[in-house]
Amino acid sequence: MKITNQVVEKHGLKTEEYSSIKKLLKREPNLLELGIFSAMWNEHCSYKSSRKHLKNLPTKGKQVIQGPGENAGVIDIGDDDAIVFKIESHNHPSYIEPYQGAATGVGGILRDVFTMGARPIALLNSIHFGSPDHFKTKSLLNGVVSGIGGYGNCIGIPTVAGETKFNSTYNENILVNAMAVGHAKKDKIFYSKAKGLNKSVVYVGSKTGRDGIHGASMASAEFDENSEEKKPTVQVGDPFTEKLLMEACLELMKDNSIISIQDMGAAGLTSSSVEMASKGELGIEIHLDKVPCREENMTPYEMMLSESQERMLIILEDGKEKHAKEIFKKWDLDFVVIGKTTDTNKLILKYNNIIEGEIPINALASKAPIYDRKWIKKKLTKSKVDIKKLKKIKIEDALIKILSSANHSNKKWITNQYDQMVMCDTAQKSGSDAAIIRIHGKEKAIAVSVDSSANYCKAHPITGGKQIVCENWRNLISVGARPIAITNCLNFGNPENPEIMGEFAECLLGIKESCEFLNYPVVSGNVSFYNGTNKKNISPTPVIGGIGLISKFKKPINHQFKKNNSTILLIGKTFGHLEQSVFLEEIYSISDGQPPEINLVNEKNNGENILEIIKNNLVNSVHDVSNGGLIITLAEMSMGSNCGVKINKPKKLTNLLKYFFGEDQSRYVLEVDKNNLGKVEKILKNNNIFYENIGSTQKDYFEIQGELKIDIKELYKINDRWYNNY
Amino acid sequence: MNSSVIVFPGSNCDRDIAIALEKMQFKNQMVWHKETKLPKSDLIVVPGGFSYGDYLRSGAIAGKSLIINEVIKAANDGCLVLGICNGFQILTETGLLKGVLLRNQNLKFINKDVNIKVINNDTKFSNKYKKDQVLKINIAHNEGNYFTNPNHLKELNNENLIAFRYCDENGVVNKDSNPNGSLENIAGIFNSKKNILGMMPHPERMVDNLISNTDGVNLFSSLLN
Repeated sequence: MKITNQVVEKHGLKTEEYSSIKKLLKREPNLLELGIFSAMWNEHCSYKSSRKHLKNLPTKGKQVIQGPGENAGVIDIGDDDAIVFKIESHNHPSYIEPYQGAATGVGGILRDVFTMGARPIALLNSIHFGSPDHFKTKSLLNGVVSGIGGYGNCIGIPTVAGETKFNSTYNENILVNAMAVGHAKKDKIFYSKAKGLNKSVVYVGSKTGRDGIHGASMASAEFDENSEEKKPTVQVGDPFTEKLLMEACLELMKDNSIISIQDMGAAGLTSSSVEMASKGELGIEIHLDKVPCREENMTPYEMMLSESQERMLIILEDGKEKHAKEIFKKWDLDFVVIGKTTDTNKLILKYNNIIEGEIPINALASKAPIYDRKWIKKKLTKSKVDIKKLKKIKIEDALIKILSSANHSNKKWITNQYDQMVMCDTAQKSGSDAAIIRIHGKEKAIAVSVDSSANYCKAHPITGGKQIVCENWRNLISVGARPIAITNCLNFGNPENPEIMGEFAECLLGIKESCEFLNYPVVSGNVSFYNGTNKKNISPTPVIGGIGLISKFKKPINHQFKKNNSTILLIGKTFGHLEQSVFLEEIYSISDGQPPEINLVNEKNNGENILEIIKNNLVNSVHDVSNGGLIITLAEMSMGSNCGVKINKPKKLTNLLKYFFGEDQSRYVLEVDKNNLGKVEKILKNNNIFYENIGSTQKDYFEIQGELKIDIKELYKINDRWYNNY
Repeated sequence: MNSSVIVFPGSNCDRDIAIALEKMQFKNQMVWHKETKLPKSDLIVVPGGFSYGDYLRSGAIAGKSLIINEVIKAANDGCLVLGICNGFQILTETGLLKGVLLRNQNLKFINKDVNIKVINNDTKFSNKYKKDQVLKINIAHNEGNYFTNPNHLKELNNENLIAFRYCDENGVVNKDSNPNGSLENIAGIFNSKKNILGMMPHPERMVDNLISNTDGVNLFSSLLN
């Protein structure tokens, strides 16, 4: 086949990129080689647009064992324990085929974690759909939720936390981000870097089929009216095989047989082999006739670009083949030596001993293009919303409208479809600020949470970026965990558009600022560009997944009120910032203005002292104040618990709507026993933390003095309705 | 007491049940599905999970596996057998327990804590519970909707072979307290000799207060009694 301009374009490569390929090879590539370049040089694998900006993120810290650049990040949680975690997007496949797209998203991120020697202990997800009345939303929601559940439930890893949001910006491009967390021994972490010459390169796992060919290239382009035709590029998941692969790998990892190991994720056999060779500064030779195939007559091109799931590449120590093969045989999995490491620094592909392709490794890795894309600063609106000019609404009506909306309803319809309890270490399930997972057989636990705030990021990317890190940090603090590190999934539109690139660059600046100030490094992540269809881009949606440590875990703390007649403290200052709030969006459909500012000094001070208060066992419940403001926070603390609350009228802020619905940052609500109040107040005062005593818990009713009084069971019903009626 | 936990490819509650058994002082062994001999056991547990991916039909392939022949022999000789979730489905596939487990009525996977009522406490598995005691136990399944023919249903009722029924927190058994559409809210049944118990709820998940509650403990202590 002749490589024409059309063929080049079909492979998602630009003309100038093709010229560099020819220069690097000193000749024209054949089709197989072109396919391999396209797989390695696309945005998804090469990070060519994002790399320059990602470099600025803080990635180091006392507890960081491995930062970005490996299959997942690794942090030290004391003793000989390490936590391995990462988040990744599977947006494009999930829009085309929601069940398989979401399922393989979970499968892929799990492989990233157990490849490193960790047993996965928790799954999380952040999923964003279009408007509920868009004709595709309902089937996408159903498909994605059952896909996530289908994979996690079958493999037997609990899905413990997540977020689900609806916004018309995702009408034609949903987001499905999956995060996996694993536990490993600190001195038994496995990496992808190849070492040593003439070592066996082994293929294990499922057979290779024709599914997912060019998946990574698909994920590096915008959708258009022909996107439906891309269905064949979506992979099909088999959680059962992944379970076997996981057990087999973990069994082999118990001794010293493995030099390096890499899962075949995006761009399959191509990226796994190139990655291993590139990191080890070696060459690799693969005999494609030995690759186990599911279908007949597969070509080298198809084998190298297939994204069939549940496959791994392993480089073994000499003489370990027999031992390793026995383990994979026990689990009924393929195990074939398909090649070896070489000193050629080339990827050499042979079929029946005839060379089909030959590419210098560095041409695919370090010499891949990096772009310093043009970006422009966000033009910020100065518009302010004058609440007095809006149609009047009663607090009670606004509260009910928000609690019964798609975005703020109880998510049990979703979370009940996920096995949250398997492995028997889930001490706190989803529905709280963060889930808590006990480290198996130990007295410590980790807290996990994922968060995003696309509307804040859209209005002011820097503040938005700052805010999501803080929001995530606060969620971990609220369950008594010390935040350690994050992973991020950066979902953006088309990076070739300077405005979109600007959103990306500025969100990252915000993330960097918070991470640095809070000493909360980024240890892994993923960038997903080209989220949009026909030039319409999604709102910038960076998603943060955070891990916190509870070193002495005695009982879980959550957001639900525990006792009648305890005091309610509101920590942090309330200014009544309504722009970009849930209130304006849900009640008036107004999305103008700037998001609330964040004072990082207060953020850190408030958080650290609340952690101290929780550690000293001085509170009954804690909840951070986030979307929807104080009133939604209080409602969430009441619903599903045994007591309600009575809130006094505020003394200072006269506009009650601003007081109750404002989304000022760095705030928490604490439920404190009367006899602990003195001790708590002392800590707060000694550390110059602003707080207010706003009322107390009471039996049965959610009440704001002189404004509203609702039975908490009624409130729960209101909040529980939306999904069941959708 | 010696226990054996059968491990199929795709079992995923095998570790959980092993830990619960060891916590209750059982001497436990894991038995791989390709084995053809069972170790000496007073109790055999067929655990939850997705044996062989639950492809074809849940429990169907496991019901024809090598080790299951040994389980059937042991059960027929009177050995105690406990099937939980996928284990219950497997036991119905072998014929050791009658009836079938259909897709949940809402066609979705369900994971939540539900209340179940102890119907028969005069068995090896339930003697430490009180009759009509309400337990809160976690369920996690796609196919937990128990169904059987009218004659067998009559037998279950007349011979007191129903172990647990789904109920509300006050013990009321009705449609609202039925999570998956099971016939007469059945959550677990015995065979006619009462040496085999199959149940959809997961007692092994309820043995630790820090994680859940301890409502499952008495099932294991009944066995030790």
